[in-house]
Amino acid sequence: MNSLITLSNINAGYMANKPVIKNIHLDVKANDFIGIIGPNGGGKSTLLKVILGLIAPYSGSILYKGTSDHTNINIGYLPQINANDKSFPIKVIDVVLSGLMGSKGFFGRYTKEEKTEALRLLQFVKLDQHANNAIGKLSGGQMQRVYLCRAIINNPEVLILDEPNNFVDKHFEAELYELLQELNKRMAILLVSHDIGTISSFIKTIACVNEELHYHNSNKISSEILQTYSCPIELISHGKVPHRVLHNH
Amino acid sequence: MQDIFSIFQYSFFTNALIAGLLTSILAGIAGTYIVSRKIVFISGGITHASFGGIGLAYFLGLNPFLGAAVFAILSAVGIEWTTNKANIREDSAIAILWSLGMAIGIIFVFLTPGYAPNLMSFLFGNILTVSTTDILYMLVLCIIVCICIVVFYRPILYTAFDAEYAKTTHLNTTLIKYITAIFVALTIVFSIRIAGIILVLSLFTIPQATASIFTHDFKKMIFLSIGIGFIGISTGLIGSYYFNLPSGAIIIFTLILIWALIKAGEKIRNLINADNP
Repeated sequence: MNSLITLSNINAGYMANKPVIKNIHLDVKANDFIGIIGPNGGGKSTLLKVILGLIAPYSGSILYKGTSDHTNINIGYLPQINANDKSFPIKVIDVVLSGLMGSKGFFGRYTKEEKTEALRLLQFVKLDQHANNAIGKLSGGQMQRVYLCRAIINNPEVLILDEPNNFVDKHFEAELYELLQELNKRMAILLVSHDIGTISSFIKTIACVNEELHYHNSNKISSEILQTYSCPIELISHGKVPHRVLHNH
Repeated sequence: MQDIFSIFQYSFFTNALIAGLLTSILAGIAGTYIVSRKIVFISGGITHASFGGIGLAYFLGLNPFLGAAVFAILSAVGIEWTTNKANIREDSAIAILWSLGMAIGIIFVFLTPGYAPNLMSFLFGNILTVSTTDILYMLVLCIIVCICIVVFYRPILYTAFDAEYAKTTHLNTTLIKYITAIFVALTIVFSIRIAGIILVLSLFTIPQATASIFTHDFKKMIFLSIGIGFIGISTGLIGSYYFNLPSGAIIIFTLILIWALIKAGEKIRNLINADNP
């Protein structure tokens, strides 16, 4: 199967000679569902920024479908919520439509179908009645659902989610995971989380970032994996997922 | 009543009113962008840095507004570049630029032989001295800004809202940021005529503060700000004529009065609504 995104030997960071992530190799193929875990400050967000083309790595190469051209691939991105967004005068539906902006270019206009699609997505996340409200009127969980609509409206080939379970209301969590599994049939998903417990049952592979990245072709998190690669995370989960608490090691 | 119409006999008053309308449109658009992006402080830096250009132009015997425009654009682009590249606290960089511009301006004004009589009007504004040429320049800028905001409304809005996200959709946010920075700088310089360096930013922020009581939509906020700005400017103009006070100060005072009255009205309405659910 062809690779969508290939990172080889990536070193990146914000200050010269102080890489936050080192020697990263990562291969994202169609229909992958990769969970990226790791401690705070371990470089999860930096890795995402490199993949998204927001920061250039010091060394190493990133290929998007075999070329280094970042515009060669359509990526949907769900960032963490920024407190600044709350006061910006923008309507919820316009936030969702902004997901289509890149494919429109500077002169882009939106069609009726695209607006209907935006409303349909909002209806799915139960926010259609808020379509014409200001984004700042929503709660953190609701905002994140709007951002999810924005991330998927353009039918991306790769969906990148930064801590999606941080804000999502408890009663929407089940629907979110169901939706992600449905989307995974059409697109590769890269999900960053510090709380892997709740999602480990349906992600296909786990990668742990702690300066370097370690990759496991299985969704079973065992204490051996975590010990070998020094991923100091705590796992607390319920139901089908093994119930386990691990401390820093 | 006859008095109010009689002042239109004077061409300076008609000019001032047209300039006021154009400024309301420019400040309504640029101000909504500035306030939404939370770059009021940056805009303050650009405004004050432009004084350096005024001083230098005086010294060289050029049009002061040309100097102001060059300094304002350079500082706007400089700030945009600094925040993208250099490892310096943005607010400190702005403060340095702010005072550097003022210092350069003062030095050159002192170096210029003779008295600089219009200096006060640069600091505090004097809309009643607007010439037909000034109006022509403002009209051209106004038309360009209006066309840009209509044609590029969504790219500008989305870059202002979440530049990082917009970049991941392959939008050229860097280009949009630099171009909007240049237009914000030009808009500010052309409004210095009306309210002066010290007061001009109020034209870009108070109408928006009033508009935000009614709406949280970018487009509606632009239209409301233009309307409120024009009411403030024309009321201020008439007031300044009758009471023989500096136009800039009266305009700002009027704008703040409108804001305070509407804000108070909103509070009272909320109280009444709370009492009668």
